[in-house]
Amino acid sequence: MSDSRGFAPIQRLLHWLMAACIIAMLFIGVGMVSTVAPTYLPLILIHKTLGVILLVLVVIRLALRRHYGAPPLPADLPRTIKLGARLSHLLLYGFMIIMPLLGLGMLWAAAYPVVLYGGIQIPALLPQSDRVHTLLWNAHVYLGFAFFALVLLHLAAALFHALVRRDGVFGTIALFPLKNRTTPAE
Amino acid sequence: MNQSGNPSRSGLGSLVLIAAVLGGGAAAFAYTAGWLSPGRLTPEQMISALTPPTGVPLGHRRNHAKGICFTGVFEANGNGVELSRARVFERGTYPALGRFNLGTADPNAVDATVRVRGLGLQIAAADGEEWRMAMINPPFFAVSTPQAFHELLIASGKKDPEAMKIFIQANPEFTAFATWAKTAPWTTSYAEEPYHGLNSFIFTDAKGGEHAVRWSLLPTAKGTPVSQAELQSRGPDFLEQEITEQLRVAGPQSWTMVTTVADPGDPIADPSKAWPEGRRTVQVGTLVVQRIEPEQDGPCRDINFDPAVLPRGIRVSDDPFPAARSSVYRKSYDLRAAEAGDYPRTGTAKP
Repeated sequence: MSDSRGFAPIQRLLHWLMAACIIAMLFIGVGMVSTVAPTYLPLILIHKTLGVILLVLVVIRLALRRHYGAPPLPADLPRTIKLGARLSHLLLYGFMIIMPLLGLGMLWAAAYPVVLYGGIQIPALLPQSDRVHTLLWNAHVYLGFAFFALVLLHLAAALFHALVRRDGVFGTIALFPLKNRTTPAE
Repeated sequence: MNQSGNPSRSGLGSLVLIAAVLGGGAAAFAYTAGWLSPGRLTPEQMISALTPPTGVPLGHRRNHAKGICFTGVFEANGNGVELSRARVFERGTYPALGRFNLGTADPNAVDATVRVRGLGLQIAAADGEEWRMAMINPPFFAVSTPQAFHELLIASGKKDPEAMKIFIQANPEFTAFATWAKTAPWTTSYAEEPYHGLNSFIFTDAKGGEHAVRWSLLPTAKGTPVSQAELQSRGPDFLEQEITEQLRVAGPQSWTMVTTVADPGDPIADPSKAWPEGRRTVQVGTLVVQRIEPEQDGPCRDINFDPAVLPRGIRVSDDPFPAARSSVYRKSYDLRAAEAGDYPRTGTAKP
């Protein structure tokens, strides 16, 4: 176990790297499907490539989480908030795993070759199927919106911890030590 | 630490900040999604403009809705290797799958009423790479940009005859296409048509040299031109019946794939401008169509002939159409897959 007051540096690094990539993915996704401009093609190529990279990263991240664990939440945090925190983190991990799989699945089920940046081909694991494509496509779209809403909620909670409660929770994942941070222990 | 003297005021400021971050994030997302920009040309708008007077063709492609599947081979003669390192140009025989179609959004259109005929094609290379394309018989495209194509759809859908006049004034390149539509010969067979890629792509050769190219499929079958009036005396689906019969009686039909290489200064980004005569051409192979199958249960039904599905060695150029077509075709595929129940398969092969 790492320092009980925070995540391990590699966990923090991965968190912020993935956060930036996931936010980019959500914006690229919603942007690319709403345009017929030439940027459509590079955007979709980035979306597919980054999606597969994120799928690999979340596996590493879960392994690190298993190895290092997570610091406890402040003891004075209300029980319902704690439950909400646990649930939202479970959901965030769930989205991180399922979104790339749904994306790959919907492309396979539409008989599109999946070609990433650099011409890397991902072989199809599903046959073409109108029904499966429609199911996965709808799930990818609507869960994508839900993912964005959850990211916003996560961001709001993080800022609430950092700015209002100042309970040290934000410091456990921050990439750099926070100035003027006051924790209840101090 | 002066600010911590009044926690409630700083707490309120923080809450306002948090609300601003969330609101800003949501607004940026909505902007990116196009929800705040009704003027942005979206694939949905293009598809909506394609809707024929007969109504939304549920379960069908949103354009080139009427068609028939074929399978066959692409026989590469090896000449294409000097232009592109794509594996499909290496001497050999590669599986081909495609679709003859009519340039109409009405799947029940009468064949003789549709001026533009098309061919969708997918060639599979040995390494699993795919090359997809969708080509048509006019030698140049009707308009210069996807936006102009959208305006053409809107104008031609209006009853007001002034609408097309205004459109042509704004998009004079359309005149050449209108002349082609009036004067080009009609044929009695899909097998007698040339099919042109029209869009420019960049071929990259093994040494990294780049070549801007367009390609065409030129028919081996030679027919006698007929008048549109003569075609109108035939049945509404004569083209599908004819190509089926043609293959049954005369055997496989073939087309030569000819690649034309641009000279410096040729219009790459504008498919409504044909390149001047005398450009270097390379015959890269032959498409042999061996078998015809109705679309409803046929192998082409599952394929989106997305012109941006390209093997390594071919990439898009400054021509804005392949990206626009890719975006709209994707939306069309998503819609028709979701509506598959409205165009049910008759066989048992597919769920």
